[in-house]
Amino acid sequence: MSTFEAAAGGGNLNRTGHEESWDRRIPAEHTDGGLMSKRIIVGYGFWIFLLSDIIMFSAFFASYAVLVGATAGGPSGRDLFNLRNVAIETACLLLSSFTCGLASVGARTRRESWFYGAMTVTCILGAAFLYIEVHEFVGMVARGAGPTRSAFLSAFFTLVGCHGVHVTAGLLWLLTMMAQVFAKGFRADILRRILCFGLFWHTLDIIWVAIFTVVYLMGAGQ
Amino acid sequence: MLGKLSWAAIPFDQPIPLGAAALVGVVIIGVLAWITLKGWLPYLWQEWITSVDHKRIGIMYILLAMVMLLRGFIDAIMMRSQQALAFHSGGYLPPEHYDQIFSAHGTLMIFFVAMPFMIGLMNLVMPLQLGVRDVAFPTLNSVSLWLTATGALLVNISLVVGEFARTGWLPFPPLSEITYSPGVGVDYYLWSLQISGVGTLLTGVNFVTTVLKIHAPGMTYMRMPVFCWTTLATNLLIVAAFPILTATLAMLLLDRYLGFHFFTNEAGGNMMMFMNLIWAWGHPEVYILILPAFGIFSEVISTFSGKSLFGYRSMVMATMAICLLSFTVWLHHFFTMGAGADVNAIFGIASAIIAVPTGVKIFNWLFTMYGGRVVYATPILWSLGFMVTFVIGGVTGVLLAVPPADFVLHNSLFLVAHFHNVIIGGVLFGAFAGYSFWFPKAFGFRLHEGLGKAAFWCWFVGFYVAFVPLYMLGLMGMTRRMQHYDVAAWHPWLLIAAGGAVLILAGIILQIAQLAVSIRRREELRDVTGDPWNGRSLEWSTSSPPPAFNFAVLPLVAGRDAYWAIKQRARQRGKLGEEPRYTAIEMPRNSPTGFVCAFFASFMGFALIWHIWWMVALAALGAYATFVVFAWRDRVEYLIPADEVARIDRANREARGEALIHAEAAS
Repeated sequence: MSTFEAAAGGGNLNRTGHEESWDRRIPAEHTDGGLMSKRIIVGYGFWIFLLSDIIMFSAFFASYAVLVGATAGGPSGRDLFNLRNVAIETACLLLSSFTCGLASVGARTRRESWFYGAMTVTCILGAAFLYIEVHEFVGMVARGAGPTRSAFLSAFFTLVGCHGVHVTAGLLWLLTMMAQVFAKGFRADILRRILCFGLFWHTLDIIWVAIFTVVYLMGAGQ
Repeated sequence: MLGKLSWAAIPFDQPIPLGAAALVGVVIIGVLAWITLKGWLPYLWQEWITSVDHKRIGIMYILLAMVMLLRGFIDAIMMRSQQALAFHSGGYLPPEHYDQIFSAHGTLMIFFVAMPFMIGLMNLVMPLQLGVRDVAFPTLNSVSLWLTATGALLVNISLVVGEFARTGWLPFPPLSEITYSPGVGVDYYLWSLQISGVGTLLTGVNFVTTVLKIHAPGMTYMRMPVFCWTTLATNLLIVAAFPILTATLAMLLLDRYLGFHFFTNEAGGNMMMFMNLIWAWGHPEVYILILPAFGIFSEVISTFSGKSLFGYRSMVMATMAICLLSFTVWLHHFFTMGAGADVNAIFGIASAIIAVPTGVKIFNWLFTMYGGRVVYATPILWSLGFMVTFVIGGVTGVLLAVPPADFVLHNSLFLVAHFHNVIIGGVLFGAFAGYSFWFPKAFGFRLHEGLGKAAFWCWFVGFYVAFVPLYMLGLMGMTRRMQHYDVAAWHPWLLIAAGGAVLILAGIILQIAQLAVSIRRREELRDVTGDPWNGRSLEWSTSSPPPAFNFAVLPLVAGRDAYWAIKQRARQRGKLGEEPRYTAIEMPRNSPTGFVCAFFASFMGFALIWHIWWMVALAALGAYATFVVFAWRDRVEYLIPADEVARIDRANREARGEALIHAEAAS
């Protein structure tokens, strides 16, 4: 990370260091010897990672599509899905993306109250989403429709569960970021991490929209 | 308390693995004791294990690959000797052991030899060729290295504790399901690949970002050396293909651990879905391996022909075309699945089409040599050996891409001969070409030429003696993975093949001797200028070994063959360029994050394999804590003062100035 750091004239990190002015310096950094700013490189790299994550999900989507009819005499999506709950779930997650955006704005303008407030709401909405999902899973297992019942249910639990695991990891990350801002302030490297966290959280939304459509809407309508 | 682990896991009744493990144990303890007694431990820890320098990480990757090559080759010798002996007899390896050996051989050679060798070379060279000081994410790079090492460690632990998979290098269900493989062998396979797969994916992210976003001033995409292009293509493939492997192996793990039904025989599981998924990763994987080798040959052939590469643009186009096409051919691995004539025809044609860009490359290399003054140093011998061998391997590949022929040859030794033909003749020869080409850059002295050439000839001849018989045997109907057989006509060919393996062994011994002799005679093999081969790209414009910061001042690039242009200017003027104005350089601080992460990952993998759940939780907690501690640090960089930069660079400029005067006096 040194090359562009040298170009950007940055150094080690302090709470009030001059590196904080990254957002106003972007044009200058582009002209400096062809080297990009750290913020652009970190964001770019994280995008590449997110693309790979989306590919992993696409493998789970593909296996779900192959196995959706393999119910082995057990329940299908139509018997199991409760669209009202899923709608609430979806609303929670989409709203949390909005509040996550507010948190990014708060970080960008360095308003701690905005940042903490929006992150807290994001966390609560994410936790509510998870609660509903776990509740749905537990209910299905209790009805004898657990992942071991049929290949369809294996694929369902894996695809939706993998998204749930991502949300859980996202919540852990969210809390870590709040603690980081509390301990270190809006330092340049922490702002970059907040940028990545935002990208991650919005990507989970994109994936959820696909799950909502492919799994729940198409499944309940069959 | 310890899950499934008990004393029964250690194969006291099997002398071969136990003896091998004891030997490895003695060697490891001996090396550790030697290092400790010599007092090198702090040096190793500070300068290597915690290093985030791309050059050192590259060297450690290559070291890992070479050690694993020895292990994988021992497996190969055992298989060849077993099949040479097992005519009308059981040979000396019982089936359950033989099955583990061919599974371990394939797994090790692909994941822990070919992959780390190529990633190591990319690490070592790519930032230097781009004219920059490091990769995009140096600490992540170290994490990747150590997670790969964790995977290799787990595979090797399976030698003594428990067993390895008996399912082949790809664990096809339903054989790999818990019903038919109830032991821990498949779990060792799965967890070691999942953990090292994370490392590989992070490398992919890191290198794509580096090649696309971090360049010396003026280093536009179309001025990058071809090796950087193939690095880009390889890592794009890693980013696009490895997540599929992760997902597929995760499904198999869920089947095995939690009773899911992705690939099982019952409850609607679909085992052919595993074939499709694993090869949707697996076919790009072979291009992940071969593309960097193509890049190495491009650099080597152009350098030793004294010419810039013929058809640079078509080379770039061909590389990116292969990158795309590699995702359209996976079904040719199972034409016999019965997808129907139309599907098979489409994939057969796609597989034949992918030979076109490869052919373009071969012609480009030939035309690069045409009219050049080719210097027959070791790297170019590997390159020439590659061109001959790889064309044969490519042709047999096109043969296998014809579905009716494939129905006859599927899973025969013809297939085994084909993929060894392209992987040894392509990937491994490429790795060795790169090793002998860039060794002086990494260590500041050349490798012994005579021993290097001898090793090449042993490998080259040995390869043909070992694998042409396998083509014959495949045509005679012998299938792969046979522990014993009763066909008299096969026996002589298998004896010849075993002889070929012995020749390759001689090549490996010569390579070890070459390394030892070169280290002892390093003073006479010293490369003082940093440019031992009259190179063309920017890695040769800095000293050997390069300083931590690579370049005192980032080079200004005005065209392709950037360093060649700089040298031409200096020759015309009879002196080096003006001394630059040196400034202080900031470099990333070393960090134990990678090593500590891998430490926890090793325990986590082992605990998952043996169902030791408390240890899984503890290790996961440790890994998370490591990330938090890393995220909390305040000083991420250190400063190399301008005086120090000037001192280092002036020494190198002096050597180059003298070389320039010598070159003038000679001409």
